[in-house]
This record gives sequence, C-alpha cells and structure tokens, in this order.
Amino acid sequence: MIDTLKQAKAERKEERAKIIPSTSDGGKICAALRAFSSHEASPAWLHSIRETARACAAEIGFPTLDQEEWRFTNMAPVLQLPLHPVKQRKTELTHQEIAPFLFDLDCYRLVFVDGYFCASLSVLPGAGNDLQLGNLRARLENNSSELEQHLTRSTHSSANFFTAFNTAFFQDGAFVSIKAGKTADRPVHLLFIGAATEEGATAQPRNLILAGRGSEIKVVESYVSLSDAARVTNAVTELFLEADARVEHCKLQQESERAFHIATIQGVQAKASHWASHSIATGGRIARNQIQTLFSAEGSECILNGLYLGHGEQLIDHHTVVDHAQARCESHEFYHGILTDRARGVFNGKIFVRQDAQKTNAKQTNRNLLLSDSAMIDTKPQLEIYADDVKCTHGATVGQLNEDEIFYLRSRGIGLEKARRMLVEAFASNVVERISLAPVRVKLEEVLAARFEQFKV
Amino acid sequence: MLEIRNLSAGVNGKQILKNLNLRVNAGEVHAIMGPNGSGKSTLAQVLAGRNDYEVIGGEVLFNGVDLLEMKPEERARAGIFLAFQYPVEIPGVNSTSFLKTALNECRKARGEEELDAVEFLSLVKTKTKLLELDQSLLSRPVNEGFSGGEKKRNEVFQMAVLEPKLAILDETDSGLDIDALKIVANGVNKLRRPDNAAVVITHYQRLLNYIVPDVVHVLVHGQIVKSGGKELALELEERGYDWIHEGIALNGKP
Repeated sequence: MIDTLKQAKAERKEERAKIIPSTSDGGKICAALRAFSSHEASPAWLHSIRETARACAAEIGFPTLDQEEWRFTNMAPVLQLPLHPVKQRKTELTHQEIAPFLFDLDCYRLVFVDGYFCASLSVLPGAGNDLQLGNLRARLENNSSELEQHLTRSTHSSANFFTAFNTAFFQDGAFVSIKAGKTADRPVHLLFIGAATEEGATAQPRNLILAGRGSEIKVVESYVSLSDAARVTNAVTELFLEADARVEHCKLQQESERAFHIATIQGVQAKASHWASHSIATGGRIARNQIQTLFSAEGSECILNGLYLGHGEQLIDHHTVVDHAQARCESHEFYHGILTDRARGVFNGKIFVRQDAQKTNAKQTNRNLLLSDSAMIDTKPQLEIYADDVKCTHGATVGQLNEDEIFYLRSRGIGLEKARRMLVEAFASNVVERISLAPVRVKLEEVLAARFEQFKV
Repeated sequence: MLEIRNLSAGVNGKQILKNLNLRVNAGEVHAIMGPNGSGKSTLAQVLAGRNDYEVIGGEVLFNGVDLLEMKPEERARAGIFLAFQYPVEIPGVNSTSFLKTALNECRKARGEEELDAVEFLSLVKTKTKLLELDQSLLSRPVNEGFSGGEKKRNEVFQMAVLEPKLAILDETDSGLDIDALKIVANGVNKLRRPDNAAVVITHYQRLLNYIVPDVVHVLVHGQIVKSGGKELALELEERGYDWIHEGIALNGKP
C-alpha cells in the first residue's frame, strides 16, 4: 500500500516536471486567444467586460500543477489541442438523435449543439408566462438592463483562467428568469450536445439563471456527446437567487471519455434563499467542476450534492466553495466518489466563514469508494473560519466496499459480484435519491447502471 | 442433515474450535449453549462461510455434501441460513429488492421459477402475517436505523421468506426484551417442519423457554463437552457453567 503511494507520488512529481509551462505554452495560449478573438459581437457594456476578461486570461495563463487550485489536476492535455470555436455548425440534429438524452418529464427545453442554440429542438413557454426562457445571444441583442445587471457579475475573471476565458469568448447559452413570487409551471432542461468531430473544437456556453424574490424553479443542465472527438467544453452558469427564492439545479455531465469538460457554477444567494445543487459527473477524460456559492445576506441555505464516477484513465475534479459571508446561513455538502481502474478523483471543499457570519452551520462530507488498487482520490476539506459562534463539521473517507456488508448479502444467496454491484449502486443512490425530479432519477439510474456494467466492481 | 466431524477452526491465527463434533437431523432443534468466548459464534460464522475464519481441520457435511468447499452464497442457496448476532446495516440497499434478489437467487439454484414483483409481495404479505410482523420495515434500507429488536425480527423474517433447510440462530435473543423475544421465538416455532432443522446458539436459557430444543449441547473451550435433553439447559441456568468446567478438570476429558 505504502509502495503504491510512493510510486504514485513519484509519478506525480515526474508529471509535474513535464508540464511546467514553457514559452511554447505561452505561445499556445496566445494562439488560442487569437483563435477566439473578435469572434463575438456584444453590447458596449459587455464588450469592455470581455476585454478585461481576455486580458485576465492572458495574465493568469493556463493552469499548471504548480498552482494550488490545480495541484491535482493536470490540464496540460487540453493545451495540446488546437483550441478553436466550432467551425462546422451542426444544428440539424433530429429529435431521434437527442431522444436518448431526454427525460420522461414534462418540461421546457433549450438545446445547444456545440454551443449554438437549436430552436427547432427546443420547447419554450408561451408568451406571458412567468418564466422567461431563451438563448442568451438573442437577449443580448435586445440589450436588456436585467442582463447588464447580472451577467458576469458573480464571477471574477481575475480568479480563474477558464472562467475568464468563457467571459471573454462565450458564444451563447441559456437565459432563465422566473418572476418574483411565482413558481415555474414546469422544470427546465438545458441540454448541451457536443457533436463536432474536430479535435479541439471548443464550446463555451454561458448560462444565466435569475430567480426573483420568493420564486421557485428547477433546472437540469446536462452535457452529452454525440461525437467521440477530443472536444472541449468550458461552461459557466451564474445563478442569482433573490430573497426567499428556491432553486434546484441539477448538473449532469455525461460527455465522451475523450472530451474535456470544465464548468463553473456560481450561485449568489440573497436573504433566506434556498439553493440545492446536484452535480453528477460520469463523463470526460478530464472534468473539472467549480461549484460555488456566496451567501450575500442572512438566513440562506445551500445544499451541495455530488457524485462522481471514474473508470479507465478519467480524472474527475470537484472544487466547491461555500462563502458564508453573512450570519445564520446553512450549508450542507454531500459528495460521493466511485473510482476504479486508474481513474482519479479530486475533491476540494472550501468553506469560508467570514467574521460577521455568526451562527453559521456548515457541514461537509466526502466519501470515496476505490474499487481498484490504482484508482486514486485527492480529497481536501479547506475551512477558513473567522467567526467564533459557528458550527462547522467536515469529514472525508476513502475506502473499499465493506466486507461485513458483502458477507451479509452473500449469506442470503446473493453472489459475490452481484453483492458488490448492489453495494456500489447503493453508494451512488445515496446521492441520486436527493434529486427531487423522479424522471431524472430514473434516467440517471439507467445511465449509472450502464456505467457499472463497464466497471469491474 | 448436518454432520460436523472433528472441526478445528480459528481466527487471526488463534485456534478456537477444537475437534468439534455435532450431528443434526432433519426435524430437530439443537441448542448450543456456552460461556462467552467458548466458540459459539465462531461455529456459526464457519458454517455460514465467513472467510475471516480459517478451518484448520475436520469436515462438515450438509446433506452429504462438503460444506466447507462451498462459497457463502452457495451455502445459502443449498439451504443454510445464519441469523446474525449483529445484523449489519446497509444504507441505500432497499430491503424489498434485496430480499427479492436473494430469494430468486436461491430459487434459481433450486431450479425453480423466479418470482415476479407481484408474486413476491404476496409471499411477503403471507409471511408477515404468519410472524405478526410490521411490513413497514421492508420499505426501508436493509436494517438501517432499525432498533436491536427490529433487526432480529428482520432476520427471522428473512428466514421465513428464504425457507432454509438449516437455520442457525446466533444469539438471536441477545438484546431483546421479553416481547421481542416472544415474537422471534414464535417465528422460529412456526417455521419448524419435519424436513428442516435449527441450531439455536444462546448464552442464556431464557430463549429455550420459547423455543424448546430436542438436544442441548454445552460448548466450552471450542469443544462440545456435554449434550443432553432440554433439562440440561435448566440445569445450566441454575448452576452456571462452572460445574462443567470442574467436571472437565476432574476427568481430564468430558
């Protein structure tokens, strides 16, 4: 065991040496930035934001293992690709082609193919509905003040290369806005399909979800692939919850195992708002999720649930940040990871409790199941607490399946393989069962079952 | 039905069972009593096939077949059932689907048709009625959050559904109040048939007021040192285990 750890450490060191940024990497970033340059028209207010973001991206540079935030996640393979916006737009997908990605759910739907909006596959609410739903690009053309007030306001370009990159060059995305005091009459499904067959084709969706005071909405954001090319998705979703708003947001990432997926989800929660976030990640060669929330007023609650499944050579990374900037807020974080083969998982859970955030209640749990000797998890709780009257707990576990449980199942006639499979499924379902939309759970269980077939559990 | 010959077994390099012999026929209920650490639970675990326990010597025949060569699930399918002393909680595994899977695995092995959901539920209904159990336990994950009594009742319920040929009850009475004890004992009694058998492992005589054994064995230091009728249990209750220890010391051999 110790030998394996030593070996892994040595390997990691070697790897790090390999990807210390060289001048040519700097050149690649410049090339990438040029490839995306002046690609998108935008209103004047956005134009200057984009300019700043672009400068930030150039200055921060591409993440390396030397940066604390990227210590365990080597993004170098992304930079090896000829990154470029998708050239060949493939928007003529049929209903049949997207059917496998839909839920048995009466919902509104926005479909994006390689980042471009596909109206013919989308289902929108009628005019006058309390829910406004559409693609962001169309909204930008109308240059509404609602957009100017919110879009890009929650993310800081100086903090993260990929977020800045998205801000500078996003093409399109979803705009979701539910009126104050109203409950959306149906859930919303945002479907992002990677169909491009070119290596390095990059889609950068930008989503904005606005929940008015006392409103309620459920949004499912899913990322899937129709092509097996080494594509890149770099998505950013901003959620603004006004006072007393309730939002359930479910992100499902099932991209191809050659694809690269980077996503930032940033919540901003006003007084007594409630945000439940689920992140279920099974796809991608390298997948990085940044899920963050800021409590901007008192009495709010956020629930961050997550499940990541990795096999083969996959690397799945979740970085979460809960910023308890105000008093009397609650955060409950519950992440499960299942890794096999040579897959790697990363979980980093940051919790800030600021000086004024008295009576904070923050709870974080990360449990990991390693099903092979070479699977690895780097799990790191990171609590920074500046208030004294708070309750913060965190716990991380890494382990194998419980022998007592396996024996119990076998002693009732269930074979070893099936017993192990049942326990792995149970471990996953602990997270899945927290999603309130039953049809989404049903679909997910199918996806996971197919995944477990490939797993050597 | 069960024939144990000179069984020696241990755990973590420590020998616990020493040349143990036991024969159980169909239709019989045997009680195994003994002080703490005498090897009662080891015997139960070895029979169920727990691989932490190492068999050092001897053999175990179950209906003429070498039991020790079989995997735990094969033993269960052949009709061995262990009611655990400490049933494990399995969060996330639904009780109903667990038991249905288990039953169908056993049925498949016996060459019987698998039960579908409707048939299974009607079986469950019959059995809960027979045992006067609360069906709501089945809607929860296996043993999760169950009280001690609920866990033991659940063991007996699983036994009723799986209908084993040989049931081994490992201190099923421990931690039960008198009402729970009656329910559990009642279940075991109702499941008694001329073609099945039970081995009831217990520290106290109390359970045997409700499950009347045909034979009582006393297990001390990994060996059966005394066997007798049900009155032996009463004698143990009255005099404790010390007189048997003394008997061994005096005679050198039981």
